[in-house]
Formats: sequence, structure tokens, C-alpha cells
Amino acid sequence: MPINILQRVGYALLVIVLVTVGTTLLLSFAPGSVAEVILGEGATPENIATLKAQLGLDLPMWQQYLNWLGHALQGDLGASPITHVPVMTAIMQRLPVTLEIAFLGLAMALAVAVILGVISAAMPGSAVDRGINVLTSVFISVPPFVSGPLLIFIFAVGMHAFPSVGWSPLEAGLGPNLRNAFLPALSVAFMEIASFQRVLRTDLVSTLREDYVAAARAKGMGKAYVMFRHAFRPSSFSLLTVAGINLARLIGGTIVVETLFGLPGLGQLVSNAIMQRDVITVQGVVTFVAVVFVIVNMLVDISYGLIDPRVRKAERAAKKKTTAASRIPRKAVQA
Amino acid sequence: MSITTTKSAVKATPNTTRPSSGGPGVPYIPPVKKQRSVTVWFAYFWLALIILLATFAWVLPLAPYDAPVGSPRTPPKPGDLDLLFGTDKAGRSILARTIWGAQISLVVGTVAGLSGAFLGTVLGLIAGYYRKKVDWVITLVADVLLAFPVLILLLAITAIFSPSIPTLVIGLTVASIPTFMRLARASTMSWASREFVRAAKNMGAGDFRILTREILPNLLPTLSSFLPIVVAGLIVAEGSLSFLGLGVPPPTPSWGGMINGASEVLQRAPHIVFVPAIALFLTVFSLNQVGDHLRCKFDRSMQG
Repeated sequence: MPINILQRVGYALLVIVLVTVGTTLLLSFAPGSVAEVILGEGATPENIATLKAQLGLDLPMWQQYLNWLGHALQGDLGASPITHVPVMTAIMQRLPVTLEIAFLGLAMALAVAVILGVISAAMPGSAVDRGINVLTSVFISVPPFVSGPLLIFIFAVGMHAFPSVGWSPLEAGLGPNLRNAFLPALSVAFMEIASFQRVLRTDLVSTLREDYVAAARAKGMGKAYVMFRHAFRPSSFSLLTVAGINLARLIGGTIVVETLFGLPGLGQLVSNAIMQRDVITVQGVVTFVAVVFVIVNMLVDISYGLIDPRVRKAERAAKKKTTAASRIPRKAVQA
Repeated sequence: MSITTTKSAVKATPNTTRPSSGGPGVPYIPPVKKQRSVTVWFAYFWLALIILLATFAWVLPLAPYDAPVGSPRTPPKPGDLDLLFGTDKAGRSILARTIWGAQISLVVGTVAGLSGAFLGTVLGLIAGYYRKKVDWVITLVADVLLAFPVLILLLAITAIFSPSIPTLVIGLTVASIPTFMRLARASTMSWASREFVRAAKNMGAGDFRILTREILPNLLPTLSSFLPIVVAGLIVAEGSLSFLGLGVPPPTPSWGGMINGASEVLQRAPHIVFVPAIALFLTVFSLNQVGDHLRCKFDRSMQG
């Protein structure tokens, strides 16, 4: 096991490094340099040249990248040339908003998906099952920029139950905070419900076909008891995996919702930075989001084996048979 | 991006017991129902309709998409074709803009999806067939691409290379490569170990021939039934970008762009938002349904 974990950590680090290289390369195509952005329209070429030298922008690309990487490793992602706020500070200011929307959205989606998943798995192939399948197909076809306006129209314009735009931080009280977060979170939840319900249903259906479930039923246990005490827990691992990965994905994926509802989150930070050609902020946020994504993926990958004894055993058995079956060739990690 | 779709996992085997009335000990197995779901038929119908409308937009008696036909924010008025769905903030016909927008959304989604499928399949075939170092490098590239937050990446690409339809297609192609690459790689690995591949190899067939004549034909059903689902995702991505103002440049209409600036008009003229929103929803829903339907039919791994 430890070697396996080490390999995964090494691979994740490699992916992260390549993501930062890719971001640097991509942003180097951006027209105009940071120096021109700072100095504005009326800058003379000499002024631009001096500022470039000050910022280290006259160095070759690889040297600029290494400088940036050296700072980034110490948690310093540079400062925005426009607002002069350190990128890390800006990220930490915006992150709670995005995290809250993502968490709430996933929680809502999980609650609905578990109910729908259990019902559809209890009677696979039935009219109810097919009905739920159509329902989740509808949900998965409603992207936030469609569900958002619909929710605003129903709950904000029609019923005046929730505000349509704006944000109230958690420090200002839980009530107003949740009122502002409810619609954006719900709008995020729609598309997630479908993937959660389908994963859970598949796993539940196959668990319910296991011998020990038949044994439990033969002993006269009730349907609901067997479902929740015997079948649900061993069927929930994939669901938790997908939930973990989707949470990581949502940290960089709530731009539309944040724009629509006017929330001061990470997505708004990066979309503003892109509009203003603030390359340093874009680079910082992309790196941050990618690192979170890769780390969460890796943790999910590793914990999957730690939590579920079946996977652990299967891995051990596979290892005895062929060591080459591992995803990463050992040579690559040693090199 | 991975979405696990499963339809009725329980499939009764057709050749076993008939529902013989009251035979003791004989398990009752319900007869296999031919599933002709209404939603699937509707999906094919809607896709045919929207493709026809988009293809023949230029011969239809529509108002131009970039010129006003009435006063701004006119509510829908049945009877007048131009005003059937009302007008937008600039007084342009929403019906015309929705149909022309269909053209953009469908073309961008399909072209990007097909290019992504082509490139992803080539990479997946190579990775899955040669394994070892090539496989490792290609998988690494796919993992790196997947680690980028998709929408941020697309936003950055369109902002850097100025928003235009070719930029959009290139960005979406890049975004759809890893999905196809993973799918093609996994299938190639399982097909490459089959006897007929070894037979071809023993008869002296070269790698190129084996890949294109022996393995690729077997991948096509799986890959092409996955295509509609990816195209649906790409249409959503294009819509998101246009919604954020970095997709299709105005005045060319696109569904996402038409929803842009939604919250301001929802109070007085909700039709401006809901007509393109419903068109987009129905198209994405239909593509997903068709994809699910095809996967049930052709994807061997779904029939287990």
C-alpha cells in the first residue's frame, strides 16, 4: 500500500506541475503584457521597458516560470497589477462564498438523489423507475444559466420569497446568508442530482442481487430494513466518490451562477480578471483550482481503498498476480 | 464530466420460462417489454425539427436576426410570424433569433464534438494498443487537461484569442478530447487482447491495419452513441460562454447570448429569456435521451 500511495502522490505532483506550465504557456499568448495593463493607454515604450525589467518580465519564459513557481511553492501567487491585492488573499476572501454554494448545492442534490435512487432501485424496470429516469434526464439538461433565471422568476420575481441577486456574508447572520445562498445552490444542484441518482441506483441494484441480501430477506426482514441496513452502506462508496470529485470540480465551476446571482466568489474573481487581462490573477486562480481538484481526486482515490475492504482485498489480489497492472509504471516514479 | 447512465439494469432473459399460469416452483419472469418510450420518440422528433429549421433558416420567411421588427420587449403575439415569440430588448424577432441561434449552437457543438471524437479516438487507440510509455504520456496529458477547470480554461482561451466562432470550436474540441480518449483507450485495451486481433497479427497484418480494420470498427458503436451526450455537454458549454459574454460575438445570435442579461428583464419581459432557454433545454434533453437510447442499444458494456 505505501508504495501505491507514494506513486499516486508523485503522479499528482507531476500533473500539478504540468498544469502550471500549461497555464503559463497559454497566458503567454495573451496580447499585451502586465506592464502595459498597469501603465494604461498613455505609457511610453521606455516606461514599459523599465517596468518590465522591474517585474522580471524581460527574462526568458522559463526563467519567469521558475521564479513564479518558486514563489508559488511558498504560497505566494503574486499580486494583481490592477488591484494590488495579493492573489492568495483575494482567493481566500472569495473561497468561502464558492465553497458554501458548492456544499449547499451538493447537499441538496444528495438528499434528493438518495431518495430517488432508493425508490428507483427498489423497483428496477418499473414505471416509477422509468419515470424517475426521465425526471433526472430533465434535471441533467438544465444548466445553471437556464435553471437560474427560472428560479429567479418563480421564487424572487413571483413569490418574493428569496432575493434575486446579492450576497450576505455568514458573519452578518445565518438567516440572511442562507436566504441569499438558497437559489444559487439549488440552481447548482439540478445537474448534480442526475449523476448522483444514477450512480447510486446502479450500485444498489447490483448489491440487492447479492446472496447476503437474499439471505436477509429469507430471514423475514422487512424490505426497508434490508435496503437501509444491509444494502445502502456498501452501495454508497461510488456515490461518495462522485460527490467528492464534483465538489472539487464545482470550486472552479460556479462562474455562471456567481455571475447570474451577483455573488462575490472565486468564479467572479477569475472572470473579472479575464476581462481585465489580469494575467497574474488568472494564473493564480487556475493553479489553485487545479491543485485542489488534483488533491481531492487523489485523496478520494486513496481513501477509496482504505475505507472499502473489498477494494483493498481486490487490490492486494491483483498485485499478487501482476505488478504491472498498476496505473503508474514504477520506473516513472523513480526517475 | 463522467456521467454514469444506466437504464433498467434488470433484464429478464427471454428464452427461459414463459409465464405459465400457476406452475409450482417455476419462477415468474415478466416478458420482455419492447421499450418504445414516448420521450425517446419526442427526442428524435425535436432534433429532426430543430435541425431542419436550422438548416433551412435562410429560406424560411423569417425576419433578419439583427434588425428590429417591432418595439422592444413586445410580448408574444400569435398570428404574426415575426412576433410569434415577441421581441427582445432591441426589438428584434425572438423567433428568428432562436432559429438562427440553433444553427450556431448545433454547428459549434457538432463540429467540436466530432473533432474531439476524432482526436480523442486516435490518441486512445494509440495509447490502448501500444501501452507502455506512449500510454503513460497520453494518459498524463489527458489527466492534465481534465485538471484544468473547464469553463475557466475556455474563458481564458476565448479572451486571449478574442471571442469568435473558430476560437470557440477549438476550445471546445480541446475540452472534449480527454473524455473520448479515455473511452477509446479502455475499449481498445479490451479488444486488442481478443483472438481475432492475434490472428490478424499472426497473418502478418501491420499495426496500422490492425488498428483501423480490426479494432476501430468495434469501437465505433460505443463512441458514436456517446457522441450525442458529449455534443449536449458542448452546447451547454457554448451556452455558458455566450451567457458570460465571451462566446459567440454579437449580433450573431446564440441561445446562451440571448439569455445573457437575464435578471434585468425577467420582471417585465420573461419571454426574452424563456424562449431560448426552452429551446436549449429541449435540445440538450433530446440529445441526452438519444445518447442514452443508442448506448442501451449498442454499448456492450451497458448490457451486462
